[in-house]
Amino acid sequence: MMTHITALGRWGIDTLEQLGKAGLLLFRVIFRVPNVKKGLPLTLQQVYAEGVLSLLIIVVSGLFIGMVVALQGYHTLAKFGAAQQLGPLVALSVTRELGPVVTALLFAGRAGSAVTAEIGLMKATEQLSSMEMMAVDPLQRVISPRLWGGFFSMPLLTMIFNTVAIYGAYLVGVKWLGLDAGAFWSNMQTSVDFHADVINGILKSIVFGLVVIWIAVFQGYEATPTSAGIAGATTRSVVYSSLAILGLDFVLTAMMIGGW
Amino acid sequence: MLSQRTIESFVGLFLLAAIMALLLLAFKVSGLTSFFKPAGYDVSASFDDIGQLKVRSPVKVGGVLVGEVSSIVLDPSTFKAVVTLHINSRFNEIPDDSSAGILTAGLLGDNYVAITPMYSQTFLKNGSEFQETHSAMILEKLIGQLIYKLSNSSDKATASTSSTEKPAENTTASSENKTEKPKATIAPVSGTPKLEKPKTEVTLHENN
Repeated sequence: MMTHITALGRWGIDTLEQLGKAGLLLFRVIFRVPNVKKGLPLTLQQVYAEGVLSLLIIVVSGLFIGMVVALQGYHTLAKFGAAQQLGPLVALSVTRELGPVVTALLFAGRAGSAVTAEIGLMKATEQLSSMEMMAVDPLQRVISPRLWGGFFSMPLLTMIFNTVAIYGAYLVGVKWLGLDAGAFWSNMQTSVDFHADVINGILKSIVFGLVVIWIAVFQGYEATPTSAGIAGATTRSVVYSSLAILGLDFVLTAMMIGGW
Repeated sequence: MLSQRTIESFVGLFLLAAIMALLLLAFKVSGLTSFFKPAGYDVSASFDDIGQLKVRSPVKVGGVLVGEVSSIVLDPSTFKAVVTLHINSRFNEIPDDSSAGILTAGLLGDNYVAITPMYSQTFLKNGSEFQETHSAMILEKLIGQLIYKLSNSSDKATASTSSTEKPAENTTASSENKTEKPKATIAPVSGTPKLEKPKTEVTLHENN
C-alpha cells in the first residue's frame, strides 16, 4: 500500500519536473536574442526538412480527404435535396476542423517524429555534449532552428492542405457528380467567412504547430541516450502530440465559437 | 545534402505556394472582395422584430444586392431594433419614401433586408431613416395565430357561436396582422376543412 502511494507521488513529481523542463526549454529558445546571420540559414534548412519534404503527404491526403468528404456529403445531402450545399459543407468542415487537425496529425507523424529521432540520436552519440565542449550552444545551433522551422511550416502546410482539399471536393462534386460549378462556388462564398472560418483555422494550426514541434524537440532533447530510449522518445513524441492536438482542438473550437 | 541555395529556393517556392493557397482561400472560398468597406452611405430603419437578422446580412432591392447590415442596436426608449444599413454609393437614387422589410431567403434560409422602392423624387442619403418598415415574420407566431384561428373556427363549427366572441376575435386579428394581411385571409380558409376531415375519420373508425 505504502509503496503504491510512494510510486504515485514519484510519478506526480516526475511529471511536474518534465513539464517544468519542457517549459524552460521553450522559454530559453523563444526568449533569446536571435542571431539572424547564423540562425536564418539553419532555420531555412529546417523549414525545408519539416515543411517542404512534408508537402507530398499533405497534398495527397488533402486531395483524398476533400474528395471523400465531397462524396459522403453529396450522398447525404442528396437525400434532403440539398446537394447544392455541398460547397459550404466541404469548405466549412475543411477550413474549420479537418485542415488544421489532419495537417497537425500528419505533421506530428512526418516531421515531429523525425525531429525527435534526430535530436535523440545526437544526444545518444554525444554530439550535443561535444558541441558544448566547443562552446557552441546546442540550443541555438540545434534546437532553436528546428522549433522555429516547425512553427513556420505548420500554418503554410495548413493553407496548402485547405486549398487542395477544396479543389479535391470540386473535382468530385462538379467534375464527377455533375453539380453546377457556379452554385458550388457561390454557395461556398456566401457561407464561408474569411475571419471566422479561414483565419481561425489558421490560428488553430499555428497553435498546433508550436505544440507539436515543442513536444518533438523536448522529447528528443530529454531522451534516454540509448537505442531503446530513442525509440520510446519517438513514440511518446507522436502519441503526446496527437493527444495534445485533439484536446487543444476542442478547447480552441469552444473558445472561437464562444467569441473568445 | 543539397546546397543552401537550392534549399532556400525550395523554401521560397513553398512559401509562394502557401501564399497562393491563402489568396485562393480568401477570394475564391470565402468570397472576400475587399478588406475595406465599399464606399457608401448609412441609412437606418427601426423594426419591432428583426428575427434572425445579423450584422453583415445582405440588403437587396428587387433581389439585387445593394449593401449590408452594418449594425443592430436596441433603442432603449421605444424598444425597437434600430438597424443601420450600409448601402453602396452606386445605388444613390433610392427614393426616400421606400419601405424596408425583413424577408427570409427560401423556406428556412437566412434573413435579409429588402427595400421596396416608391416614387418620391428625393433620394435616401447618409443618415436618413425609413418611415415604413415591415418586421420579420416569425414562424412560431404565425403558427400560434393559425392555431388560435383554427380553435376559434372549430368552436364556431361545433357550437353556434355566441355574439360576444365574434368582435373579440376580429380585433385581435386586425391588430396583429397589420403587415401580414394575406396570411390572415388564407389561414381560416385552409384551416377549416382540414380540421373537419379527421373528425369524420374518427367517427368511421368507431363505427368499424
